[in-house]
Amino acid sequence: MSEIVSHQPRGISLQRINAMVLRYWYLLISSWPRLLELIYWPALQIITWGFLQNYISQASGFFAKAGGTLIGAVILWDILFRGQLGFSISFLEEMWARNLGNLMMSPLKPIEFLLSLMIMSLIRLAIGVIPMTLLALFFFGFNFYAIGLPLIAFFCNLIFTSWSVGVFASGLVLRNGLGAESIVWTLMFAVMPLACIYYPVEVLPVWLQYVAWTLPPTYVFEGMRSLLIDHVFRADLMAWALVINAILFTASFAVFLALLQSAKRNGSLLAGGE
Amino acid sequence: MQQRGTGQAQAPAAKEATAADQAPVADQGGSAAIDVAHLVKVYKTTRAVDDISFSIARGSITGLLGGNGAGKTTTIAMIMGLVLPTSGSVEVLGAKIPEQRYDVLGRMNFESPYVDMPMRLTVRQNLTIFGRLYAVKHLRERIDQLAADLDLKEFLDRSNGKLSAGQKTRVALAKALINEPDLLLLDEPTASLDPDTADWVRQHLETYRKTHNATILLASHNMLEVERLCDRVIIMKRGKIEDDDSPEGIMARYNRDTLEEVFLDVARGRVREETP
Repeated sequence: MSEIVSHQPRGISLQRINAMVLRYWYLLISSWPRLLELIYWPALQIITWGFLQNYISQASGFFAKAGGTLIGAVILWDILFRGQLGFSISFLEEMWARNLGNLMMSPLKPIEFLLSLMIMSLIRLAIGVIPMTLLALFFFGFNFYAIGLPLIAFFCNLIFTSWSVGVFASGLVLRNGLGAESIVWTLMFAVMPLACIYYPVEVLPVWLQYVAWTLPPTYVFEGMRSLLIDHVFRADLMAWALVINAILFTASFAVFLALLQSAKRNGSLLAGGE
Repeated sequence: MQQRGTGQAQAPAAKEATAADQAPVADQGGSAAIDVAHLVKVYKTTRAVDDISFSIARGSITGLLGGNGAGKTTTIAMIMGLVLPTSGSVEVLGAKIPEQRYDVLGRMNFESPYVDMPMRLTVRQNLTIFGRLYAVKHLRERIDQLAADLDLKEFLDRSNGKLSAGQKTRVALAKALINEPDLLLLDEPTASLDPDTADWVRQHLETYRKTHNATILLASHNMLEVERLCDRVIIMKRGKIEDDDSPEGIMARYNRDTLEEVFLDVARGRVREETP
C-alpha cells in the first residue's frame, strides 16, 4: 500500500461519507439558483395553501375548528416530497456530471454513497422547509414547532419513507440511465392520493383504504389530523408506520443493490447516459 | 489466430499468481498485478470479450490495442469490477475481482473518457474530495505537489468546466494519481489532446511508472503512444486477443516498421504469413 494513503477500516468509513457530503455542499454553494430553488417552491406552496386555509376557515366551521390542518399537511407533504428529491437530485448530479464511474472505482462503498445522499437530503430539506415554517408562522400564525414531540415521530416516519423512495428511484436510474430520470420527479406523486394528505382515509373506497394503510405517510397524516383536531397523539399509528418503514427501507436497499449488480452485468455504469 | 495471452509474453512473476488463490485478501507482493483467465463478456447476443487470458507483471506498462468494439474498454471495466464477467476470472494485486475489490481499490486508480470530473467544482475541490475518498494523508501538500508536477497551479481554483480539454486531462490525471496507485488503468489517456500536451502526459506517465514501480494498463488507438510507452502490447479484435508481445517483437513478426502498420494488418485481416 502506498505510504501516502491511511489505513482504512473494512467497514463503513465516516471519512468517505464526509467527502461525499462535502462534494454536494461545494456543488450547492457554487450555484445561487440551486439554493434559491430549494427555498422558492416550498415558500410558494405555503403561501398559496395558507391563504386557501384562511379563506375556507372563514366559510367552514370545521376548518375553523381544525385550524392549521391544511398548512400542517402542506409542510409535512413537503418534508416527504423534498426529502426524496433532496436524496435523488444529489444522486442525479453524479449522473449529469458523468462522475459515477469515478466514484464506483474509488473505495467508496454503495452504503456510504447512500448514507451521504441521506445526509444531503436532510441539509437540502432544512434549507427549504425551515423558511417555509417561518413563513407559516409569520403570515398565518401557524407554529409548526408547537406540535412538539410528536413532530419528531412525524418527521422520522416521513423522512424514512422519502429515503426509501429515493433509494429505489436512484437504483432505477442507475440501472436504466438518465432515460429513467422522470421516475425521480414523479414517483412520489403516485403516493400522494393514497397517503391521504388533505383528507381522512375514510374518504377513500373501502378496498382502497387497505392499500392506503400499507403506506407509512397515511399513518402520519392521520396522526397529524388526530393531533390538530382532537388533540390526541396516536402513538399506535406512529408505531405501525415505523414497522412498515423498516420493511420498505430494507427492501429499497436490497432493490438498489440488485439494480447495481444488474447495471454491472449490463455494462451501464460507465455509459450512464440515456 | 491462436490466443497467446498466457504464453510467451507472460512475465515470470505472473506465474506466481495462483498463490493468491490460497491467500484471497492479502497481497502476495510477488504475484502479477493483473491476472485474467478465460474472461468472457456477453451482452445479449454480442460477445464483447471472448475467452481472453493474460497476466501483467508488476512495474510494467502494457498497451491494449484494438479498433472500436474490439473489447478493450469492456476488458478494463471488468478488471476494475465495473462490469461483471459472464464467465472467467480476474485477479488484481492478489484480490479476486469483483468479490474482493474493496481490498485493493485504494491501491488502484483510473482515467477514462467515459467519465468526467464534476464541472461546477474547482480543481482543488475535486482533488480534495477524491483525496478524502482515497484517505490520502497530508492531502493539502499532496494536492500542491500534484499541481506542481502536472502544471495545474494557475487554475487550481478554477471550476473544471472552464478548463480546456488539455487542462481537463491533466486534472483527470491528477485525480488518477492522487493516491499514488500501484495500478493505473487508463482508457485513451491522450485522446483529443494536441501533440505537445499528449507528449507531456506520456512523459509524466513514464516518470511515474519509474519512480513508483507502478503497473500501467492503457487502452489506446494511438500507436506511437503505445510504441513509446509500452513494454508489451496486447492486440484485441472482436473480443479476442490477436497478438501479445513486446512492440518490437510484434513489428518483427509482422515484418512492419510501425505498430500502426501492424494495427492495419490486424484490422483488415491480413494475417502475418500473408504480409510482405
